[in-house]
Amino acid sequence: MDISLINLIPLLMAASTPILLAGLGELVVEKSGVLNLGVEGMMITGAITGFMAAVATGSPTLGFLGGAAGGAVLALVFGVLTQGLMSNQVATGLALTLFSLGLSALLGQSFVGLKPPVTPELHIPVLSDIPVLGPMLFEHDGMVYFSLVALAAVWAFLRYSRPGLILRAVGENHAAAHALGYKVTRIRIFAILFGGAMAGLGGAYLSLVRVPQWTEGMTAGAGWIALALVVFAAWRPFPLLIGAYLFGGITVLQLNMQAAGVNVPVELLSMSPYLVTILVLVVMSAAGAAAGAPGSLGRAFHASR
Amino acid sequence: MNSTDDLLVIDGVTKAYPGVVANSNVSFRIRKGEVHALLGENGAGKSTLVKTIYGLVTPDKGTMVLDGQPYAPPEPSAARQAGVAMVFQHFSLFDALTVAENIALGMETPPKRRVLARQIREVSEAYGLPLSPNRRVGDLSAGERQRVEIVRCLLQNPRLLIMDEPTSVLTPQEVEILFRTLRQLSAEGTAILYISHKLDEIRALCDTATILRHGQVVGDCVPRDTSARDMAEMMVAAKLDTPVKHPGAPGAEIFSVNGLSLPAASQFGTALKEIGFSVAKGEILGIGGVAGNGQDELFAVLSGETRTAPDSVTFEGQAVGRLGPHERRVLGILSAPEERLGHAAAPDMSLTDNALMTAALRMRLAPGGWIDWRRVREYAEHVIKAFDVRTPGPGTAAGALSGGNLQKFVVGREVLQNPGLLIVNQPTWGVDAAAAAHIRKALIKLAEGGAALIVISQDLDELMEISDRITAICDGRMVRPRPAQGLTMNDLGLMLGGRDPEEEAAA
Repeated sequence: MDISLINLIPLLMAASTPILLAGLGELVVEKSGVLNLGVEGMMITGAITGFMAAVATGSPTLGFLGGAAGGAVLALVFGVLTQGLMSNQVATGLALTLFSLGLSALLGQSFVGLKPPVTPELHIPVLSDIPVLGPMLFEHDGMVYFSLVALAAVWAFLRYSRPGLILRAVGENHAAAHALGYKVTRIRIFAILFGGAMAGLGGAYLSLVRVPQWTEGMTAGAGWIALALVVFAAWRPFPLLIGAYLFGGITVLQLNMQAAGVNVPVELLSMSPYLVTILVLVVMSAAGAAAGAPGSLGRAFHASR
Repeated sequence: MNSTDDLLVIDGVTKAYPGVVANSNVSFRIRKGEVHALLGENGAGKSTLVKTIYGLVTPDKGTMVLDGQPYAPPEPSAARQAGVAMVFQHFSLFDALTVAENIALGMETPPKRRVLARQIREVSEAYGLPLSPNRRVGDLSAGERQRVEIVRCLLQNPRLLIMDEPTSVLTPQEVEILFRTLRQLSAEGTAILYISHKLDEIRALCDTATILRHGQVVGDCVPRDTSARDMAEMMVAAKLDTPVKHPGAPGAEIFSVNGLSLPAASQFGTALKEIGFSVAKGEILGIGGVAGNGQDELFAVLSGETRTAPDSVTFEGQAVGRLGPHERRVLGILSAPEERLGHAAAPDMSLTDNALMTAALRMRLAPGGWIDWRRVREYAEHVIKAFDVRTPGPGTAAGALSGGNLQKFVVGREVLQNPGLLIVNQPTWGVDAAAAAHIRKALIKLAEGGAALIVISQDLDELMEISDRITAICDGRMVRPRPAQGLTMNDLGLMLGGRDPEEEAAA
């Protein structure tokens, strides 16, 4: 059987990267007090725009930038609708997800079956020569490392920087932040844009590295998993990493078990990551972790009220 | 004509919102180092005016001069830079953040964490307001939370400190500490603009007072030389008649709570601990306490929203602990919760709909399960008329009424159902003097008619005015009820802190 840690861990890190990226973005958005349920939509948008950019230019880097831009554009629509025009965040996020599933299918029609340029692996000098650990941890593509650096950066930003403190304050109590003179709407729009770009990157990673090709609806719920991860992590970056790797691990494990022909129905194995997600969420809320939610999460803000 | 003594001169400030003029040609001046009171009823335009001074609202007309310089702050940070600081009544702290983080958010250029923490300790101790910088604000008491706001202001060496209703959540002892701090500041040359409903406090603290009514300045006075009653009458431009309680012989015991303990329902809730008391027919029992000490949890147990062991709550000898609000209403236990919008009334529904919701059973407004809209409307009109609710008609949405008018409706809706026991939480919270007097009079009349009343309130003057006996709730425990006659404010202060004044005196 091909189920050993040395084989699993590199696969797990790659499988977790899209949801880690999207989850990080959504974590920042929710910390600012906005509930954007459009993560799935922003991911699929990023998957197709990133794929298009990479195929058109032949550069994976430009592809990832295109994916981030695609996600951010959709996030901007969400931001204008919910922050500027005060539309309901839940309904708007859901509607934009459905919209982008359709739009991405339309955009992607002539890209089905194409191969994107290969994203090179970065073998980190010295570290990748370490026996066992080297191939496991230090022979990935750049995006895997980027996701970890971004995680540390988000953590430090929220914990130690003044803009990060202001962002948390806006999410905790927008009326108080407004009374102190902070620009609630503007700060939230920036957070939403960041969330969109990160979700777009996650989507582009799927279409450029994980699969790598374009198929309709290829995110297959990854955006929803990213949303659940933020709750699982109780709005903290490092638990988010654990959650993402846990989910990625189960995904890889069940694929390898399928390949190894374990005598369990395939459908049950495919379901398992989602079942585990639901289970963990239930356990987490029973343990009171949901109490860590930002105080103004999902509430509309209008300066005159 | 600007004397050098003037710190802030406000001249002809006008601000209109669609449908209302919040400030109309307001002019007055604040001298350096004085404590200046701003008086007025709800909706008189006080908060719009202070928001203008703090840069949250831009006036339509008028000018301000701060220390000889033209002053028109486009946003609060400009006001803070000019030396104007504000302590808010609500909405300005972040529960999930620490004391130091909260304070850093209110500063233009906060120093490094460690320096800030040291400054917080120094300033807070210099003014007798000890605070530890690393505690989470959500875990602090109301008095400590206010200290956070005051220290935040003091760290910026303000020339003018605005305080909006600072004492509404404090115990009398905490008020004393606050006043000592404010007097110290004023002696050091900081002017204070002090907004409050509580006229006795203003008489004790303030040097001058400006009185607003309907957005206009209608007068000023020296509070030390003016009686509280005269100031109140200037605010409302009418004679006030204070309700008078006629103590009668207590009737038979009708309602009791025995050995009630209840774990906290949420992280920020309060557990109830061995609560026991009783109420007699014709009696008003007042329950005091600083907000968040278990009032809401107790109210839910009394109204039936939270169910308990059958015997822990009895009414007319019957165990009712397991009965819900509807079953209790049938028996005659009625209740009016504190939160007007969302708990006592559905904001987007009409007064008629709201009347139906609590009166359907006792007033037989829906016989056989079918709503008799004619009778519902008649009942709503009856409440409106009897309680002088100012509204175009019973079809108006509850949320469109002013706080005082909706409160009159919500209390009246229960009073007119002829309750055996009425439980009211904060009957006059945020209600102006005239409406408050009306509500209190109705409650006293109801008790004189033989009903038992439990009034939960943070307003000690109100409790003294209407109660026969007074108790207090502190951290989920209740002190022994005492007759209201002969209680002093100091006794009440001890009770709010969970202590029994008689035992203290004996000790």
